[in-house]
Amino acid sequence: MRNDELEIPYQIMDPTGKMQGAMPEGLTDQKLLEWYRLMWEIRYFSNKTVALQRQGRSTTWGPLNGQEATAIGMGAPLQPQDWMVGSYRDSGAYMAKGYPMSALFYYTRGFSVAPDLVGPDKRCLPYQIVLATQTLHGVGLAMASRIKKENAVTMIGVGDGATSEGDFNEALNFAGVFKAPAVIVIVNNGWAISTPRSHQSAAKYLVDRAVGFGMPGRLVDGNDVLACYSVMREAVERARSGEGPTLVEAITYRHGAHTTADDPTRYRDPKEVEYWMGLDPTRRLKSYLVEQGVWDEAKDKAMLQEVENHVNEQAEIAYNHPTPGPDGMFNNIFEKLTPRMLRQREQLRHELNLEAEVR
Amino acid sequence: MPVITFRQALTDTLREEMKRDEDVFLMGEEIGIFEGSYKVTAGLLKEFGTKRVMDTPIAEEGFVGAAVGAAMLGLRPVVEIMTINFIILAMDSIVNHAAKIHYMFGGQTPVPMVIRTPGGGGQQLAATHSQNLEAWFAHVPGLKVVAPSTPYDAKGLLRSSIRDNDPIVFLENLALYNVKGEVPEAQADGGDYVIPIGKAEVKKEGTDVTIISYSRMAAISLDVARRLEEEEGISCEVVDLRSLRPLDRETIINSVKKTNRAVILEEDWRSYGIGAELAATIQEEAFDYLDAPVLRVGSLEVPLPYSKPLELAALASADHLVDAIHKVLEGKRR
Repeated sequence: MRNDELEIPYQIMDPTGKMQGAMPEGLTDQKLLEWYRLMWEIRYFSNKTVALQRQGRSTTWGPLNGQEATAIGMGAPLQPQDWMVGSYRDSGAYMAKGYPMSALFYYTRGFSVAPDLVGPDKRCLPYQIVLATQTLHGVGLAMASRIKKENAVTMIGVGDGATSEGDFNEALNFAGVFKAPAVIVIVNNGWAISTPRSHQSAAKYLVDRAVGFGMPGRLVDGNDVLACYSVMREAVERARSGEGPTLVEAITYRHGAHTTADDPTRYRDPKEVEYWMGLDPTRRLKSYLVEQGVWDEAKDKAMLQEVENHVNEQAEIAYNHPTPGPDGMFNNIFEKLTPRMLRQREQLRHELNLEAEVR
Repeated sequence: MPVITFRQALTDTLREEMKRDEDVFLMGEEIGIFEGSYKVTAGLLKEFGTKRVMDTPIAEEGFVGAAVGAAMLGLRPVVEIMTINFIILAMDSIVNHAAKIHYMFGGQTPVPMVIRTPGGGGQQLAATHSQNLEAWFAHVPGLKVVAPSTPYDAKGLLRSSIRDNDPIVFLENLALYNVKGEVPEAQADGGDYVIPIGKAEVKKEGTDVTIISYSRMAAISLDVARRLEEEEGISCEVVDLRSLRPLDRETIINSVKKTNRAVILEEDWRSYGIGAELAATIQEEAFDYLDAPVLRVGSLEVPLPYSKPLELAALASADHLVDAIHKVLEGKRR
């Protein structure tokens, strides 16, 4: 079943920006304006990274465009003590939890996390590039939080393709058996590189697997930020109150390529892409805000310019941040370097000095 | 003779073997519509259809395990693991099952399957996507492991691997796919060349020192050997292992007995690696012929950095090999 053939999942705001249900408690127009801006920050961050990759300054990158509503739904309900554990396409959720954009830019330069850019611990595991493994790490974190009575919930993001891995299924099983305070979100964007969702599982919905692991499952429109937030907040509260994990499937769409090394026009029907562009999460939130009289085109234009400037500034910070140098690759392999590694480090320093002399 | 890329040699061989034997079929992630992450299966879905070119769900243990089952029933699966880094998820199927079923089932069924997978660094794919894990497989009885360095060898070894009745780990290298070389066209009468598994090749003869290597590093060794001969008059013999298990001890030992010196070049980490096995073999069987300790050149023992300059600094290179050759030749009268 292709994503565009699915029934409409849980939705509060339809694609035209009309309310089909009640506004989740506590959400104000002010909050929605913040989220609207955040959506664009996430998108521009991704676009900027693609541009930097094309200039040879950033490494391979998987664009996030189209998945901003799901990302905010995942990050926004979390408290500072909660954990965010995602895949390489979940960094929007990291930003929604308060992870600094400059630290993400630094990471895309090809260096390990720069703690001084992150600032005080944000409780976000560095996003995982190996498929589905973060689901086990996240469930383990959640189990540990419970043992340590930290009252923390772990939000775990995983793509539709990765649900086929054994790790994902074992993670759900552990979460269920040990009542881990976790929310596992399948960010179903329809495609795993060129493999459509229908080729990962014969099940109509991936979330149907929740039944088999003894936990509730919720299907949600991943392009409706209100529905995403509402469903995830409920799941987070449920986990925090000790009732155990929830599996969520957010139906969204990967607007662009799998990564900067991919060309999706080779395997996707342009009509399908066009259909999903019509469901763009920014568009419906904007329509709603305009309808409410709190937003207009002039404000939109000014805001987009501000966001662009902000994203450029954040990139500047990351690109001006000091690099670890050749010694850096030996740092942190162990708490304390072994004698053999010390010898190798010495040897490398010696070689580099020789090269410098030759120059 | 036509000059084609390493990639093309693999693609052609897969096609020819699928035509030759209808039991041969392909399985893997993104190998059909996407034609493989490195385009080795380009055009094959169109030619052979979904029954013989199967795009699988993302589940490495799943499709390798299923291939083991299919091989037991007499089919000849050729499985692609997108990169060797993902093979870790299929270790149980490979090490506990593919390698042991023939033995533990009392010889009732062979497991004729090939696992093709590229390894190697230098592509800026970071620590979990840039590894060389061949030592893990070469360690296991019941597996055969091959690692060609030229399009010619790739073709000859893939042919013999697909036709072999034992499970084979066929190692490719990301940086070799675009390397070009001469490969004879397929013969209509089926009289195509094959390269026997377990046979190394002396890629260049020499008298001063033996360089032993495989895969991408064998190509680098050959370049270095030619350069040193031309520029410094050092006569290097280059042994390209081609097969890591079974290992062609005879070719290695004969070469070392002739040159009395050996340098091993591997892209992998040195500790407990292929080079360690080679050095041990040489001291066991040619100790009295050695005029200098066997030297090993490998990559720094760090997870490979993501950053380009750091990655280059960490990887084994031609410069490191040249240094080792100079060192092993210190004191030799020429």
